[in-house]
Amino acid sequence: MNDRFEIPARLRNTSMFLIAVGVLTLVGGIACLLMGHNSTDADKSRFWAVLLHDSVFFTLITTVSIFIQAATSLAQAAWLVAYRRVPEAIGANVWIFGLIATVVMFIIVFSYRDSHGVDAIYPWVTPGHDKVLLGKAPFLNKGMFVGFTLAAFGLWSFFGRKFRAMSIAQESAPKNDTKIYWKVFRLSGLFLLVYALTQMSTGPWLWIMSVQAHWYSTLFSWYTFASAFVSGMSLILLWVVYLKNQGNLELVTKEHMHDLGKFMFAFSIFWTYLWFAQYMLIWYSNQPDETFYFKMRQQGPYSIIFYANFIINFCMPILILMARPSKRNYFTITFMAMIIIFGHWLDYFQMIMPGPLGENWHINWYEIGIFMGFAGILIFSVSRTLTKSSLIPANNLLLKETVVHLS
Amino acid sequence: MAIKKFAVAAYDDEEVLFPAVKKVRKSGYKLHDVYTPFAVHGLDEAMGLKGTDLHIAGFIYGLCGTSTAVGFISWIFCSDWPIVYGGKPHFALPAWIPITFELTVLFAAVGMTLTFCYLNQIMPGVKKHVFHPRQSDDLFVMAIELNNHTSEQDAIAFLKSTGAKETSIQMAEASWWYGRWDKKEAYEALNAG
Repeated sequence: MNDRFEIPARLRNTSMFLIAVGVLTLVGGIACLLMGHNSTDADKSRFWAVLLHDSVFFTLITTVSIFIQAATSLAQAAWLVAYRRVPEAIGANVWIFGLIATVVMFIIVFSYRDSHGVDAIYPWVTPGHDKVLLGKAPFLNKGMFVGFTLAAFGLWSFFGRKFRAMSIAQESAPKNDTKIYWKVFRLSGLFLLVYALTQMSTGPWLWIMSVQAHWYSTLFSWYTFASAFVSGMSLILLWVVYLKNQGNLELVTKEHMHDLGKFMFAFSIFWTYLWFAQYMLIWYSNQPDETFYFKMRQQGPYSIIFYANFIINFCMPILILMARPSKRNYFTITFMAMIIIFGHWLDYFQMIMPGPLGENWHINWYEIGIFMGFAGILIFSVSRTLTKSSLIPANNLLLKETVVHLS
Repeated sequence: MAIKKFAVAAYDDEEVLFPAVKKVRKSGYKLHDVYTPFAVHGLDEAMGLKGTDLHIAGFIYGLCGTSTAVGFISWIFCSDWPIVYGGKPHFALPAWIPITFELTVLFAAVGMTLTFCYLNQIMPGVKKHVFHPRQSDDLFVMAIELNNHTSEQDAIAFLKSTGAKETSIQMAEASWWYGRWDKKEAYEALNAG
C-alpha cells in the first residue's frame, strides 16, 4: 500500500508561489504605508486589521484539527482513524499560525497607535476617559490579553504536536498495546477542557470581539467556534481529497467522505443557529448599545458581506449538501469545502473589519494577497509534516474498525 | 389487497439465508419478503431493495411546514390583524423564525413518520399475515410468491435445496389490512377450494 506521501513538485511550487505572493503583498503594504504621502489612519488600520484577520482565522481553523482528534479519541470513534494523519499534520502546525497571530496581536496592542495616539484596532488598550472601556478594564487589559494569548496558543501548539508524536509512537509500540491509547484518551479530555476555556469561551472575546470593545455578546465565542469548526472540517476534507487524488489514503472510502460531508452540512446549520440567535435577541430587545453592531453590518457599509455571509454559509450548504448523493460526490464536496472556507473567511472579515475600518473596507490586492500567503504557509508546512511519517496510522487499535466503517 | 399463494422457507442461520436469497433472485422466483428476528446488515442489498426516497418526502413536508408558518403568520400580522409591537415592522421576519423552524420540523417529522408507516405497512391496529410464528423469535423466514403457472413441488424442492429447515405452501393476504387478526377460517375455506 502506498502509505508514504512525497510532495509533488507542483504542490511545492504552488505553496512557494503563494508564500511569495504573501510576502510581496506584505512588502507592498509596508511600502504603501511608508511611501504614500497621503496614507491615512484608515490605511494603517487596514494593514494591521487584515493581518489580524488572517492570522486569527488560520489559527482557529487549524486548531479545529486538534479538537476533532481529541473529540474522536475521547469518544473512541474510529471513523477518523483512516485519515487521522491529516488532522494530526494540520494540528502539529498550529504553532506557526499561533506565533504569527501572537506577533501581530502584540504589535497591535503595544506599539500600533494612530495619529491621535489611540489604538484603532483594540480601543480598550487606550481607554482614555471612556466609562464603558474603563469598566471593562479588569478583563480587557494588556496583562490579561498577553497572558491569555500566550497560554492559549502555547497549549494548543503543545497538544497539537503531542497528539501527533503519540500517534507516531504507537506505530513502534508492541502490537495491541493499549498504554498509549489510554494516555491519548486522558490527554484528549484535558485538551477539551483547555479548548473549552479558550476557543469556546474566552479567546475570541479578547482577540476578535474586543475590536468593538463597547459591544459584547456572550455567545460570540461559541459562534466563532462554529465558524472555525465547519471551515476546519472543510480544510481536513480538502487535504483528504488531495491525498486520495495522489493515490494515497487507500483506506479512505466514500463512507469516510460522507461523514466529513455530514459534519460540513450539520455544522453549517449549527453556525446559522448561533448566528441567528445572536442577531435575533439583539434585534428583538432593540437596545441602542447593542444594535449599533448590526446597524453597521446589516444596513451600513457591510450589508453586502452580511447577506453574502448568510447565503454562502447557510443557503448553499443546506441546499447543496442535503442530499445523500452530493455528500458522496468528490466534486460537490470539494467545491463546497472551498465555498465554506471562503464564506467563513468572509464571516471573520465582517467580525473584525467594521470596528477599525468603518466604511473604508476593501477586499482588494492586499486582503487577497495576505490570504494567499497564509494559504501558502499552510500548504507548505502541512505537506512537509505529512511526508515525515506513514499516512496510515499503523498499529492503531481502531484501524480495523475504520476500514469496515459505514457512514 | 389480494390473497396470493406463497412458498415459505424458514432458515436457522443468516449464513445460509444470504446465499438462499441470492439464489432465489437468480432463479427468477418472485421474492415477496424476508422476515428476521433482528436487523441483518446487508440484507436489503442482497434482496435488491433500492434506497428509500423517504428523505425527499421529508424535504417536501418540511417546505410545506415552512410555507404554512410564514404564510399564516404573515397573513395574521400583515393583513388580518396588524398591530405594532415594540416598534417592530409588521413583517417582522426574525421574530417568526423560531416558529417557522418548529413548524418545519413538526411537518417533516409527522409527515415522515406517517409515510414510513405507510411504506412499511405498519400502523396501530393494522394486521399483517405472519408466515411463521418463529419469524420474530429465532428463524429467518423467506416468502416467495407463486402463481398458477408455478409448480408448488418445484418451489418446495428448490427452497429445500437452498438449506431451508422448514418449508410450506400458504394462501395468504399479501398486504396489510385493518380489522380482525384471525383470518384462519377464510384461509381454510380457500385452501380447501
